[in-house]
Amino acid sequence: MDNLISIWNLVPEALQTLIVILLKIVAIVLPLILAVAYTTYAERKIIGYMQVRLGPNRVGPKGWLQPIADTVKLMFKEVILPSEANRFVFYFAPIMALTPALVAWAVIPFSSGMWLADINVGLLFILAITSLDVFGIILAGWASNSKYAILSAMRAGAQVVSYEIAMGFALVGVLMAAGSLNLREIVEAQSGGITQWFIWPLFGLMLVYFISGVAETNRAPFDVAEGESEIVAGFHVEYSGMAFALFFLGEYANMLLISAVAAILFLGGWLSPFESIDALTELPYIGLLFGNGIHWFFIKVAFFIFLYLWFRATFPRYRYDQIMRLGWKILIPVTLVYIFAEGVAIYLGWKPWLS
Amino acid sequence: MIATVQHWIKSFTLFELLKGMSVTGRRLFSRKVTIQYPEEKTPISPRFRGHHALRRYPNGEERCIACKLCEAVCPALAITIELAERDDGTRRTTRYDIDMFKCIYCGFCEEACPVDAIVESRHFEYHFEERGENIMTKEKLLAFGDKHEAMIARDKAADAPYK
Repeated sequence: MDNLISIWNLVPEALQTLIVILLKIVAIVLPLILAVAYTTYAERKIIGYMQVRLGPNRVGPKGWLQPIADTVKLMFKEVILPSEANRFVFYFAPIMALTPALVAWAVIPFSSGMWLADINVGLLFILAITSLDVFGIILAGWASNSKYAILSAMRAGAQVVSYEIAMGFALVGVLMAAGSLNLREIVEAQSGGITQWFIWPLFGLMLVYFISGVAETNRAPFDVAEGESEIVAGFHVEYSGMAFALFFLGEYANMLLISAVAAILFLGGWLSPFESIDALTELPYIGLLFGNGIHWFFIKVAFFIFLYLWFRATFPRYRYDQIMRLGWKILIPVTLVYIFAEGVAIYLGWKPWLS
Repeated sequence: MIATVQHWIKSFTLFELLKGMSVTGRRLFSRKVTIQYPEEKTPISPRFRGHHALRRYPNGEERCIACKLCEAVCPALAITIELAERDDGTRRTTRYDIDMFKCIYCGFCEEACPVDAIVESRHFEYHFEERGENIMTKEKLLAFGDKHEAMIARDKAADAPYK
């Protein structure tokens, strides 16, 4: 042990920080990818149950190894390059789709003290990075040299850009309530038990945020970009093997990200709903469970992921013009009015939230 | 006016969406209808039309008299029959082939047969691994009939009152 510490001390300080940051990245990305794998399992299982079927249950006990089997299958499949496709862009697009979904996790605070970067413009950073996602889709659609892929890329591009505005306005509401763009400070502004969470004063904005989040990630019912029944699989129709897996990974990492941000902004991140009830938090042993901690963050993220799957099992796909109408003519005006009302409430000091 | 207000209230409270979600939410906990196929099976009717068989009389004589009615009625032209006179002067097939790839399992051959020789059994779990195995020859059909005669006889008896 002493040996290790002495070797560690020999490493130059700049390199030490670099190594620590790399280790932190690994500690975030590996569980994230595992979570993505099991989100696909949860999706198939939950949608199966909602359709009165059993879902995957053959690989391993109760089908728990199904995502592993899927991954192994995808890894061993050939990545086919369509003729006349642009080789560089074709291989670059899946990377471009996955990277922003992973990068944005850098500023997510998992628990008090658990984050990779605690930057003052965290919210802006997330908004900026997630808007890069659309490049992966558009590049993939363009590089594939396929009608369906380019159609889907155009749809996805227009849709993502439109909903970004509504989403941005929803975030402005949170920013006004918390008085900070720093995600940690936003969570801390909600401390004091379940009644202090921003979901109560900003319920409408949460709905808008989550609806545009669903549209942003091209998930049902806003999945015109993938529309299996009309344009086969959309922008990734020409992709196979690991290149396809990267798109898949990116999509689910984005879902998790939207859910995580929703949990942080509106449900108080890692804060416990029973925070202010001392009788519960001071219980021996189980008091820890009632106190603040990363488990509350995971529960909240899981709740939003479940909503995603629930939506997909319930709603039929929106028509393209309906998507545009919802984004431009309903969500944006609603957020504008909401923000104005919130501004008035803050000016008048609406206790206990907006004072 | 009132209709507009109602419409607005309905839209902004997401009433219809929540209603839909309550339906799927209830189904999440309902009993699942999936049959776990190789372990569990659904009951099969005695009329089920699966693998073909050529039957024999209890004394061991084959029933088929090579009348070619099944060949004539077969809409998929899956049956091929050749015949010859046997030494005892009876009319018998020398070849009775069913191409299982062409067959559409309509059961017309069984209905056309005047002596109940060709039948379709309830056996449906079979497969072919090589080209050529899909042609069911007379020997194979007779062997299948011999093997499953008890099952076939039971099914035909069960369906007899409705014919």
